[in-house]
Amino acid sequence: MEPITFSAILFGASVLAGALGALLGLGGGVIIVPVLTLMAGLNIHYAIGASIVSVIATSSGAAATYVRDRITNLRLGMFLEIATTTGAVIGALVAGWLPGRVLSVVFGLVLVHAAWTMFRSPQEDVPAGVVGSPLATRLRLHGEYFDPSLRRQVKYQITGVPEGFGMMWLAGLISGLLGIGSGVFKVIAMDIMMRAPLKVSTTTSNFMIGVTAAASAGIYFLRGDIHPFIAAPVALGILLGTVAGTHLLLHLRGAAIRKVFLVVLIVVALQMIWRGIQGTIR
Amino acid sequence: MISYVLRGGVLLSAAVILCGITLAAVTRDTGYAPIQPHHLPDILAFHPAAGPGYFPTAPAAVLQAALIGKPYAIIGLGMLLLIATPVLRVALSVVFFLAQRDWLYAGITVFVLTVLLASLIVGVG
Repeated sequence: MEPITFSAILFGASVLAGALGALLGLGGGVIIVPVLTLMAGLNIHYAIGASIVSVIATSSGAAATYVRDRITNLRLGMFLEIATTTGAVIGALVAGWLPGRVLSVVFGLVLVHAAWTMFRSPQEDVPAGVVGSPLATRLRLHGEYFDPSLRRQVKYQITGVPEGFGMMWLAGLISGLLGIGSGVFKVIAMDIMMRAPLKVSTTTSNFMIGVTAAASAGIYFLRGDIHPFIAAPVALGILLGTVAGTHLLLHLRGAAIRKVFLVVLIVVALQMIWRGIQGTIR
Repeated sequence: MISYVLRGGVLLSAAVILCGITLAAVTRDTGYAPIQPHHLPDILAFHPAAGPGYFPTAPAAVLQAALIGKPYAIIGLGMLLLIATPVLRVALSVVFFLAQRDWLYAGITVFVLTVLLASLIVGVG
């Protein structure tokens, strides 16, 4: 195959992965890595390198809007970035000496978990009767925002700081190890452990994903895992696909087709685990 | 304000990467060892021969070669700009918290910025 044809195929697949990632609310990275490794036979280290730069592009570019900026809890995000960035640096360093088959198994497990979390119906939007913990008060993590759909100012308190912080460290580690945004883990930490409203969790998580990814992307770049031949078409494709997906497919959220895709994703994840155990992954 | 920096950074780096791709496609030259059809299996397999030598990985070398128009160095420069965008955002947040006289969060943000910059040092070593 001519190298330029291969690049074009990579670009096309990445546009689709970006659109699908936006549709499922999972991000393009989690979809393109299995596509590149299982279908294109690409070494997983290059796939992860290409994915991590796409994560920066999509989280920083597509996410920035005025409304989301208002809901994002800047202090909460910045405090938790202590955990995610340190986790991400360690994850990226560890990924450098782990064999591809091990990364494939871990990736499959994380993907099963993420797809399953998205498959279940979402939690209550604004948790009621949360009493903030003293530590969260000292760190001034509580906040408020105007909810456009509820049409009122929502005040909320934060609790479970140590648990949330620990979970965020894990989210950073996984992000650095596998080159994904690991937004699902970040939302679990803020939503379930720290009891932030879902809107605050998702917007703050989005704010954090780019910074977390930047902590590991530099390590990947210097190691030579970000190959221009692969990472350039993938990053541009995912960026384009995500923007298109966010604009065009928003109304599909919550529809039955979403669940079908999530089931497909779980099958793909099981395949990554299986191929990793077999040792037929590069 | 901060979100404009982010969007601007992403658009700028995407444009630079696109320039690099276009230049490589038009001139059929990467500026480094050329990628031939028979190299594809090596690249897919992460063969050492398909790594260093085909593109630059040291930031100084990337910048130098991008300035003289080597396509794969231009792509690399775009990637570095992309990675630098969230770092710039954190740096601006330090200024934001300092302006608010929020010393605790200025300190926290400086720590995060240090981790981001340190990652480039551990990455080399």
